[in-house]
Order: sequence, then structure tokens, then C-alpha cells
Amino acid sequence: MRDKPTRRAFLDAAISALMPNRRDHPAITLFNGMQSETAVTHVLEARDLCCIRDDRTLFSGLNFTLNSGEALILEGRNGSGKTSLLRILCGIRLPDEGKLLWQDEDAHRIGAEFHQHIAYLGHRDGNKLDLTPEENLRIAQGLGRARADVSIDEALEKVGLYGFEDVPTRNLSAGQQRRVAIARLLITEAELWILDEPFTSLDRKGIEDVEDMFDQHLARGGMSVLTTHHRMNFELGKVHRINLSE
Amino acid sequence: MKSKLSLGSAFGLLLKRDLILAMRRRSEFVNPLLFFVLVVALFPLAVGSDPNLIRKIGPGVIWVSALLASLLTLDNMFRSDFEDGTLEQYMLSAHPVSILVVAKVIAHWLITGLPLILVAPLLGVLLSLPSDAIMVLILTLLLGTPVLSLIGSVGVALTVGLRRGGVLLSLLVLPLYVPVLIFATDAVNTAAIGIPITAQLSIIGAMLFLALALAPLATAASLRISLS
Repeated sequence: MRDKPTRRAFLDAAISALMPNRRDHPAITLFNGMQSETAVTHVLEARDLCCIRDDRTLFSGLNFTLNSGEALILEGRNGSGKTSLLRILCGIRLPDEGKLLWQDEDAHRIGAEFHQHIAYLGHRDGNKLDLTPEENLRIAQGLGRARADVSIDEALEKVGLYGFEDVPTRNLSAGQQRRVAIARLLITEAELWILDEPFTSLDRKGIEDVEDMFDQHLARGGMSVLTTHHRMNFELGKVHRINLSE
Repeated sequence: MKSKLSLGSAFGLLLKRDLILAMRRRSEFVNPLLFFVLVVALFPLAVGSDPNLIRKIGPGVIWVSALLASLLTLDNMFRSDFEDGTLEQYMLSAHPVSILVVAKVIAHWLITGLPLILVAPLLGVLLSLPSDAIMVLILTLLLGTPVLSLIGSVGVALTVGLRRGGVLLSLLVLPLYVPVLIFATDAVNTAAIGIPITAQLSIIGAMLFLALALAPLATAASLRISLS
């Protein structure tokens, strides 16, 4: 975030141009309020990552660098190792070779210190179905670094679940359950979002909402690695693509 | 930006979460309790009505039933979290996983261990144990069942990734349960003849602290293996 004022002006213009009717949406005001807060830049670097599964090399010699405000979209056929790579990047799985560096430190070695910077959304939503969305988010908030400027209610409103905070998650539709999981991204300070097919079972409005969230996240200096079959419309930020099938 | 990161509150939240879940799914703590009571109640029917015999085998019966009831519920500790993906979220939390594991184990013990201890005096009376023996029995259960939960957590963490880990889990965990069973039942039998039982209680206590120190670390490492 070198040119903050210009960038902010550009953002404001972009938002009002693209969503004139959403000027007074709480999400937008929220977003304007926190522009000045991003100072630290973060770097995620992968060096020579290799993943072997059942004696098959899914990928090897994978290198990339991701800075604040950038996104990386992983592409490739089914079974090409997209999910495995995401699991390596968030530290659930160890790479068979190579290293993952966060701020020049080995991410797997610093463990929990790295984990407080990431939010992971996997195939499975990670919600407890017997708990309400609010209870689910409260736990997520406790497990990470809670954001002081976004309350659970605001996050639920932003993903379109206003009025559902007390309904057991089990009684929500698949798309709504996915939205609860997505709301989790908003309530912690995590700079790096690692998303595995975030648009699964979302409707068109849901997809637009997530794209907005995504742009705002990148604009405030966040970064993301994701897989998706959906063609995303990025307004801002730098987008890298890696195709694992090639 | 101001952000808070509190291990204490994460610990509390996780503990509370598991207790709330247990309240919403009553079967989780009613089933082992029912199993425990039924097994103990069936013994006098099977071995005959000789009060001396029943009094003699009583402590052993209660302890074995408690051990099996504990084994029966172990799988609940991480299985559902593994299946719905919440386990991944814990592993990726900003806190040390081994501490969060302790919260899970305590919750598991409160849900499945404590109710057993609360009904054990009644079962002691049913088996016509003398009141001294019942006191000692409760004491050994209080010290011993947390050890079972702690040891069990390692076994569950290792087998949670397998589709049918049930038998393997029993094979892994039962040998480690045996010392607890031996010292606990020995304490009750020794107390019945009026010999002090400090030695047995100290050993079970030592097992408890050893398990408390080591099991969470082993569980956290095993969970990492199971998930990767």
C-alpha cells in the first residue's frame, strides 16, 4: 500500500461506479473506515514445493511469491493437486520437498505464529451443525486474532444471513452453510485467505458478495490463494495464475 | 490494528462449545451412562445372589464397566470434528494445539466420565459394597477416569483418519488402560482388608500427571499426522 490516498480515491470511485445503490451499505462504510490501518506488508514465498501422493508426483519445483494485495488463482484439472497445494500452504500437510516461507521464516516451523495470519476455507465448511451461526463464528473468533472493528452480527449481515443468527446451522441450506463459513473470513485479522472452491453452492448474489469481500480484502493489504472454476471479476489488485496441469 | 489473541478465552470457548453440543445431543452422555449401569446391574443376575461373592467382585465389575463405557465413547472426541472440518480449523488456530486438546479432553471427561462417578455410589450399594469401599472406589474413579480420557485421546487422534478405526482403537488403547485398572481395583480390595492405600493412590495420581503432561502433546502430533 504505497499510494494510499490515490488508491482510496480510486476505490471509492470504483465502488460508487459499480454499485451506486450500495453506497450506504454497512460493509462499504466499514471498509472506508479501516483503509488507513494497513501498514505492514506480508510475503508468502514457496520454494521448490513438491507433492507426491500414492507414488504419483502431483507437482514439483513449484515456486511463487505472493505479496500483500495480491491473489493467486490455482488452476488445473481435477486431481491435479490444487487442494493438496492449498493444504500444504496452510500447514495442514507437509510438502514432500521444498519450503514455504512467511516473512522469510519457515512457515511450518513457526506453526501457530503463521496460523494466526491465515484463514482457511476447505471443502468442508468447518461449521458445527448443532450450533447456531453466531456460536460457530464466536469460536472461530476465539481461535484466531479477532478483528476489533467487525462484530459477528456485521459479518453475518454482510454474507446475507441477517436474521438467521439463532437458527441451528443444520437447518440452513447448503448455500447458507457455506456463507457461515465465509463469514468466518471476515471476523479475524488473517491476512492470507486460503480458499478451496469458495463459491460452491452459492447463488449469483452470494458470488457477487464474496467477490466484493475479496476485492476489499486485497485492497486493505490482504492476500489470497484460491481454487475456483468460477471466472472471477477482479476490480483491483494483482492476480497471478498457476496452472498445475501444465 | 488492535486485535486480541487470548489462549484462555479460546480454551474456555472450546470447552463450553463441547458442553453445549453434548446438551444438544443428549445421547452422547446418556448412552455410556446407560451402558455402565446396565452392565453392572446384570452381574448379580448372572453370578448368583451370594452377597459375599458379589461384594468381592463388585469393585472390579464397576471398574471394568467404567473402563468399557469410557472406551465406547472415545471415538466421539474427535470423529465428528474430523468429519465436519472443524478439526482442521483447530489445527490452524493461532493457539498451541496441545492446549486446545486439553480443553477437548476435559470436556469429554465432564460429559462421559463425571456422570459415571456420580452414579457409581448407587451401584456400589446395589452390589452391597461397604461404605468405606465405596469411598475408595469413588476416589480411584476420580483419579483414574481422567487418565483413561487422556490416554484415549492419543488413540483416537491416531485412528480418526481411518474409516473403521474402532477395533484398532481398542487394541491401541486397552493395554495402556490395564495399569490404571490394576492399581485402582487393587486399592479398593486393599482398603477392604483395612490396609492403607496411599501407595496405589499415589501411583494412579502419578499416572494422571504424567498423562496430563504427555498425552496432549502426543495427541496434537497424532492429529497432525491424521489430517495430512
